[in-house]
Amino acid sequence: MENLINIFVKSIFIENMVFAYFFGMCSYLAVSKKVSTATGLGIAVVFVLGITVPVNYLLEKYVLTEGALVWLGKDFAGVDLSFLRFIMFIAIIASMVQLVEMIVEKFAPTLYNQLGIFLPLIAVNCAILGGSLFLQQKAFVNAGEATVYGIGSGIGWLLAIVGIAAIREKIEYSNVPAPLRGLGITFIVTGLMGLAFMGFSGIKL
Amino acid sequence: MSDPLFSKKNLKLLTTPLSDSNPITVQVLGICSALAVTAQLKPAIVMTLSVMAVLALANVIISLLRNTIPTRIRIIVQLVVVAALVILVDQVLRAYVYDVSKQLSVFVGLIITNCILMGRLEAFALGNRPWQSFLDGIGNAAGYGIILIIVAVIREILGSGSLMGYKLIPDSWYIVNGGFYSNNGLMVLSPMALIVVGIIIWVQRSCSRKLIEN
Repeated sequence: MENLINIFVKSIFIENMVFAYFFGMCSYLAVSKKVSTATGLGIAVVFVLGITVPVNYLLEKYVLTEGALVWLGKDFAGVDLSFLRFIMFIAIIASMVQLVEMIVEKFAPTLYNQLGIFLPLIAVNCAILGGSLFLQQKAFVNAGEATVYGIGSGIGWLLAIVGIAAIREKIEYSNVPAPLRGLGITFIVTGLMGLAFMGFSGIKL
Repeated sequence: MSDPLFSKKNLKLLTTPLSDSNPITVQVLGICSALAVTAQLKPAIVMTLSVMAVLALANVIISLLRNTIPTRIRIIVQLVVVAALVILVDQVLRAYVYDVSKQLSVFVGLIITNCILMGRLEAFALGNRPWQSFLDGIGNAAGYGIILIIVAVIREILGSGSLMGYKLIPDSWYIVNGGFYSNNGLMVLSPMALIVVGIIIWVQRSCSRKLIEN
């Protein structure tokens, strides 16, 4: 249990998807003009990550790694399908995003209209694929840890995008130099937020 | 209508993404990898070449298939084509430059979700002919590469005093050796990449005022 909390807090603050690894920057920059859309997208990302990371973990463990197919029969012990990793992960992610899209359309139609094209674009959000690709390096023991990691990463991303949306709403009324307006100042502010989050990096839980 | 291969219009496809419609600073695509691999120059160059290979080939393939892909599944087709190309590039990188591919780690796989690819495939390859799509791919990858290389050069020189592994700043200049200079450790950290790109945007928009937002 303690290990799960460890992983959860680590993935939100210390290894934040946006500030430590720069995942999901494109939609982060594009959707962060208003706090309400940012929150909606963030919650969708939490949901997608929470589903795709454990599924990809199971796929990796029981199908893709070297010798994983042993449960099919002894002669499959030498099969190494790890080169198929990218295609399989993307396939799972694309189908899960389709599912999330249908659920959001049914239960929150206003949010669906607000997000527009960005909802299906979650499928190509680096944060989603990045979360799954990091599974290899993390060496989780079971699917429960992977799920907690997925949800935690999603919440970290949500935190980042809502934060920058709130700042951007306020900056609208400030006197930013013309060449920096819009994109430039967002980059610099994100950099400063990243610097702030680095304060978490030495924490050992 | 068949323009000569290197007509003015076709050459424009190569040159506009270098500054006026730069994928990173103007179209806001491909930011993720641009920030993460630029701590040193070598991974930045390898990343640029990988993206160039994948983007040019994917553009050509999708352009050749553009009249046969049903609209509803076009994103899936694009993803499959790009994923297959990235697997190829990943294997090539592991074979020939193993140390750099270890440094790039997950970012080679993340070329699949690199917005530049999806963006250019949707915006250009689906509606244009193969040669133009090829040029557009090379042009956009070159625009992406320029920003990556500029950021990497700044970060590596100021952050580690070297370039491509060769020490540029003489050892005797360092404070530990009795000099006055010290590496800027902040440059090697990720947030500086964001701030450096912000400054590049500032410079670019001061030079060409039409890019300024309201």
